[in-house]
Amino acid sequence: MTRQARTDKSFPAAGGQPAAAPEELAILGIGLPAWNRLLLVAGLVALVVLPFLVEGFTTFQMTQVAIYAIAILGLNLLTGYNGQFSLGHSAFFAVGAYTAAIAMNHFGLPYLLTLPLAAVISFLVGFAFGFPALRLEGLYLALATFMLAIAAPQLLKFSLFEPLTGGAQGLVLMRPEAPAFTGLDDDQWLYFISVIVMLALFWLSGNLIRYRIGRAIMAIRDNPLVASALGINTPLYKTVMFGISAAYTGVAGALSAMVVGFVAPDSFNFLLSVALLVGVVVGGIASMRGAIFGGFFILYIPTVAESFADVFSKGLSWAAYGVLLLAVIYVMPSGISGLIDAVIRRIAQPKQAPRRTDPAADVATAGPGPSNREKK
Amino acid sequence: MELLLQQIIAGLATGGIYACFALAVVMIYQAIDHFNFAQGEMAMFSTYVAWQLMAWGLSFWLAFGLTFVFSLVMGAFLYLVVLKPVQNASALSQIVAFIALMCIFNSLAGTIWDYSVKPFPSPFPETALFGALVTGHDLGMIAVTLIMLAGVFYFFKFSTLGLAMRAAAQNPESAQLCGVRVQMMTALGWALAAAIGSVAGMMVAYKVFLEPNMMYSIILYGFAAAIVGGLDSPAGAVAGGFLLGVVENLTGVYVPGGSELKLTFALLLIVVVLMFKPTGLFGHRVVKRV
Repeated sequence: MTRQARTDKSFPAAGGQPAAAPEELAILGIGLPAWNRLLLVAGLVALVVLPFLVEGFTTFQMTQVAIYAIAILGLNLLTGYNGQFSLGHSAFFAVGAYTAAIAMNHFGLPYLLTLPLAAVISFLVGFAFGFPALRLEGLYLALATFMLAIAAPQLLKFSLFEPLTGGAQGLVLMRPEAPAFTGLDDDQWLYFISVIVMLALFWLSGNLIRYRIGRAIMAIRDNPLVASALGINTPLYKTVMFGISAAYTGVAGALSAMVVGFVAPDSFNFLLSVALLVGVVVGGIASMRGAIFGGFFILYIPTVAESFADVFSKGLSWAAYGVLLLAVIYVMPSGISGLIDAVIRRIAQPKQAPRRTDPAADVATAGPGPSNREKK
Repeated sequence: MELLLQQIIAGLATGGIYACFALAVVMIYQAIDHFNFAQGEMAMFSTYVAWQLMAWGLSFWLAFGLTFVFSLVMGAFLYLVVLKPVQNASALSQIVAFIALMCIFNSLAGTIWDYSVKPFPSPFPETALFGALVTGHDLGMIAVTLIMLAGVFYFFKFSTLGLAMRAAAQNPESAQLCGVRVQMMTALGWALAAAIGSVAGMMVAYKVFLEPNMMYSIILYGFAAAIVGGLDSPAGAVAGGFLLGVVENLTGVYVPGGSELKLTFALLLIVVVLMFKPTGLFGHRVVKRV
């Protein structure tokens, strides 16, 4: 029974916030498996059909949304689930992108193989950075990672590395071409690669979050002291999470290098880190599908803001963006994903749903692991 | 040897800029227990106000005073209108609110006063000292920073209001129970931080020129200096600022490849400092009860 319930909660529907709100998850899990399955199927169909319905440029944008979603998910694993701040994810994005570009340009590696390579190298970089990060918390960690974001473009431009990185000019790489048998054009091909990678990574992190490691890292987030008293190896988990998070973002970077066909130091500046953080918060902290909403937000909202601002003055587009951002925080304090949860809950369970009286709710929430028990 | 000395003096002169901002950063940290990522942009906006007042024919010090008052009001207004509604939201949401403010100020300044680079006057004599490495403005700026530091130090250490503000930031609930009006204190903290930021902005604008993105790198160093010095120590922040300026200058001269990686080395220093002294050089350890 429990197993069944678990498998039903596959990613797009209830990847949500297991530790943050066990009761709500139970309500979703009981009230909604049919909804969930429906949503999942509809979502998958839409993903497959979409590139055949829209123009090439929209497909390209959708590819970018998928890529951002991967990076945001990576940051969310670290920030949302493990409670470690990072303003330095643009650096990991850059590591992934340059790994792919250098491997393809200098070593002739096939483009698909650059993805695992980027994951491994970014993991190592993130893991290494996780060590000094262990001693730092909150703001201090935010600053240390901020430094990483600032230093990354400078290091990429550094003259000693220029033969490898191409210096300030960056590197141009061959955009992968769609194999002839698929009958797809290049944009569509890259779209499908990105989406498949995205789905695979979402599935992986869903498993990561749901089982032992997920409980451990959330326990560390909620109360590090209790977590270590319960025998969780806090330093190990924290550094490994830094690595995993960096690996996700690195894969996103590698995909982006392929899709754009170009890498340059200044596209991986601090603003990218800020955009990713905004994506995490707007999508929903500690929410997996929130990453997708976040991806849409950071790709499209600047454009929307621009069209709003055009009414008054061109220069005001960033002001409009800021106002929109504030509005989102006021209206949706738990992000788009939190808003959707609330709406679904209201539709699915109109009047009833007295919380915590349902015996099945306890079955679903009372899994082993420290985080649940500690909450009470 | 002479080169070393010269570089140190030049470093101190740049460090003065960072120290100025680090002080503003620490000030807001004392008041709200958070970083304000929009601080640099707020200071930039205030500096534009000062520029505008001078363009209308006011003298430097008059414009300075009016801008100071304007910034006080702006700081309190921002807190009450923008930040207060989200003060119970997660820290991340607040950071995003700061980012939003940053975008808004940058864009507003660019729209009102356009993006061209403007010169900003200095109230201090232009005389060059120590072989043209330090100008009268540098000394004046350092003096202003130190005066502000003394004022802030006195305020937080000896005045009842300062004590109430620290209490409100560190433990809002207990402070409230002791009769401190927490909301008022936080608004006041914002006001003071904005005002100190505006002073810093007016001091550094002479050196870096006035434009909407002028604070982009300065505020970074300001944060860094504040962290190195210790977030709860105004004097530490000022010392951190000077230290950072000197280190930045020296690595530029003595380390091979240093001129390209100036910033990276300065940041490396910070990370190393933090690894050994996680609360900064002059910060106090906070002991938490379980």
